[in-house]
Amino acid sequence: MRKWCTLLLIAAMALFGAACNGTGGGGKIADDNSLEQIKQRGKLVAGVKYDTHLFGYKDPADGQVKGFEIDLMKELAKRMLGDESKLELKEVNSKTRIKLLNGGDIDLICATMTISEKRKKEVDFSRVYFMAGQSLLVPNNSPIKTVHDTKGKKVATAKGATSGNNLKSVEPGAQIQLYENYADAFTALRAGQVDALTTDDSILMGMQQQDPNFKLVGGQFTKEPYGIGLKKGANELRAYVDQFLDQIIADGTYAKLYMKWFKQAPPQDLPRQAVQASPGK
Amino acid sequence: MDFSFLTRADIMKTLLDGLLVTLEVALFSILFSFICGIVLGTLRYTKIPVLSHLAALYIETVRNLPLLLIIFFGFFAFKEWGWELPITISVIISMTIFTSALVGEIVRGGLNSVDKGQIEAARASGLTYVQTLWHIVLPQALRRMIPPMVSQFVSLLKDTSLAVAISLPELMHNAQIVYSRYYNMTVPLLIFVSLVYFVINYSLSQASRQLEKKLAG
Amino acid sequence: MDFSFLEFYQQEFYDGLWTTISVSLLALVFSLILGTVIAVLRISGVKALAGFGTAYVEFIRNTPLVAQIFFVFFALPAVGIKLSQFAVGTIGLSIYTSSYIAEVIRAGIQSVPRGQMEAARSSGMTYVQAMWYVILPQAFKLIVPPLGNQFINLVKNSSVLAVIAGGELMYFTDVATTEADVTPVYLFVAVVYLLLTVPLSLLVHFLERRWLGKESS
Repeated sequence: MRKWCTLLLIAAMALFGAACNGTGGGGKIADDNSLEQIKQRGKLVAGVKYDTHLFGYKDPADGQVKGFEIDLMKELAKRMLGDESKLELKEVNSKTRIKLLNGGDIDLICATMTISEKRKKEVDFSRVYFMAGQSLLVPNNSPIKTVHDTKGKKVATAKGATSGNNLKSVEPGAQIQLYENYADAFTALRAGQVDALTTDDSILMGMQQQDPNFKLVGGQFTKEPYGIGLKKGANELRAYVDQFLDQIIADGTYAKLYMKWFKQAPPQDLPRQAVQASPGK
Repeated sequence: MDFSFLTRADIMKTLLDGLLVTLEVALFSILFSFICGIVLGTLRYTKIPVLSHLAALYIETVRNLPLLLIIFFGFFAFKEWGWELPITISVIISMTIFTSALVGEIVRGGLNSVDKGQIEAARASGLTYVQTLWHIVLPQALRRMIPPMVSQFVSLLKDTSLAVAISLPELMHNAQIVYSRYYNMTVPLLIFVSLVYFVINYSLSQASRQLEKKLAG
Repeated sequence: MDFSFLEFYQQEFYDGLWTTISVSLLALVFSLILGTVIAVLRISGVKALAGFGTAYVEFIRNTPLVAQIFFVFFALPAVGIKLSQFAVGTIGLSIYTSSYIAEVIRAGIQSVPRGQMEAARSSGMTYVQAMWYVILPQAFKLIVPPLGNQFINLVKNSSVLAVIAGGELMYFTDVATTEADVTPVYLFVAVVYLLLTVPLSLLVHFLERRWLGKESS
């Protein structure tokens, strides 16, 4: 009985909200003007990585930020505001991105962010746009061949990311070391200050492209579906982004960008909805 | 050792952009902590109950904390409380919170160094307490505060590099962006960036020494 | 506020606290030795040595600690030396702090009238003997309180090790905030830092009053 009452109440509120929207009134439900705000402002502010090769990376050669995620955002700006130059990029890292989104600094996060149950409590996610999995990057001559070889070894990752905890649950003997960002972690690996670096293979692939003295080992030991992060309740914007992603996947734009950055065709079985699957959790 | 970045306009531009952010943050932080520091130091000097105690509590707490903690706090905690601040502003606030406590101590030290007899004389000749403070004590004290104040600001300028930990795009962070791409430039870039800080800070210290001499002579 | 992180990360916290304390103490010992050597170089009267001492102090003081720590962290492996973060931190902090300690010691020594050194030397003592038995004991009272301040700075500055995953208290906040709210973590760590630094600070105030006759606050 109570359930029905609640449902009825929700339905009534939804109707009221729709009515308000219809008449142009400013009812409480109409608070979600996330998409309108962006269109009025004529500028889309996206939080992206500046240090992650292939996804979001500031090229010191020309000061431009480049990558798969950057191109996705440019395409989004183009379709939403008619011009990709109406995109403004803000640098985020694993530790800062959710705080910047909820603080209103950015409209959305497109920064190698895994859809997880925990993060779902803090932000809303779009559909999956990339499927990664956690792996290990080691020097070519490293004795580390599998995840369990990291026992007693120093393994670097970035602050705020879940990678450290994931590795710990597969191999509790690994010594996790947190760096400010992946660029720092990679520099530490190159300097020989750590034995391996762990994070999503997508990020590791980018590092390997930069420096062929390193290789990926250990396979994928987690499932890391990337989604675009949006402020909780920004339903209009989320619907728009979902539709946008479906659209570019359907019209081949997605495949073109995927090929440009990862030098291979996108997987055919990319799920719409997925959530992080990690060992032991 | 790859010093080739010295001839690459693109990299030098990245570093210059970083330097400008460093200078911007430092300049505003210096300005605000100078103002706040004078207020704090004067409050502590005047021994007005409650106010001077609050100032003392503030100074003693803040100067006994690591600046990095205050920078993290100013960035992550403020965000958690729902305060929307651009990263540059949050760093300026953190630097000001920290430095104003130290400047406050310098100001109090300067005020204390002014001969008490002068104050009594000024009061006896009919000046109010505030007038005495403003016309007699402060001008003399300010002169003595210059050297420690400048060295505090030199510290501030180099400490802006701590904001590398929250990815403020200042000089140090931009150097990191470059060397994460060109690994062979890591050590040369660290040397170069250190030299840039050195040149700025050393010139500042030398200028302050000249000023000191001038005022003394 | 949710302080449950204390339960989850208890071990990490104790490790962090211990690292902060031990790295600070070790760096204090090394920077005292290094600082004394530099101070003696500066007042040795030998031009080349004094010049080196001055250059060392000016360069280290005018460049950021973060840059120095990164430098030690990345430069040593480039020449084949691999050290733990703890060792890197101890070296970096020792170098940085020694430049400040050198100045404290120099000021202390120079406060002792020159004639005493000459008298000691003419009565047959070597330079080192004269320094150890005559000059340093007198300079001691002038040196210790500011040294205490440098030690407080050292404890605070050890937080910078967090940027190289140094495993001390500030790094603990990075670990704990991975899956917890930041405000309680930072507040807790701030209190811990204060528990470390405020007693030291009170001791310094006490010694200043007792030995240097400075006015109490």
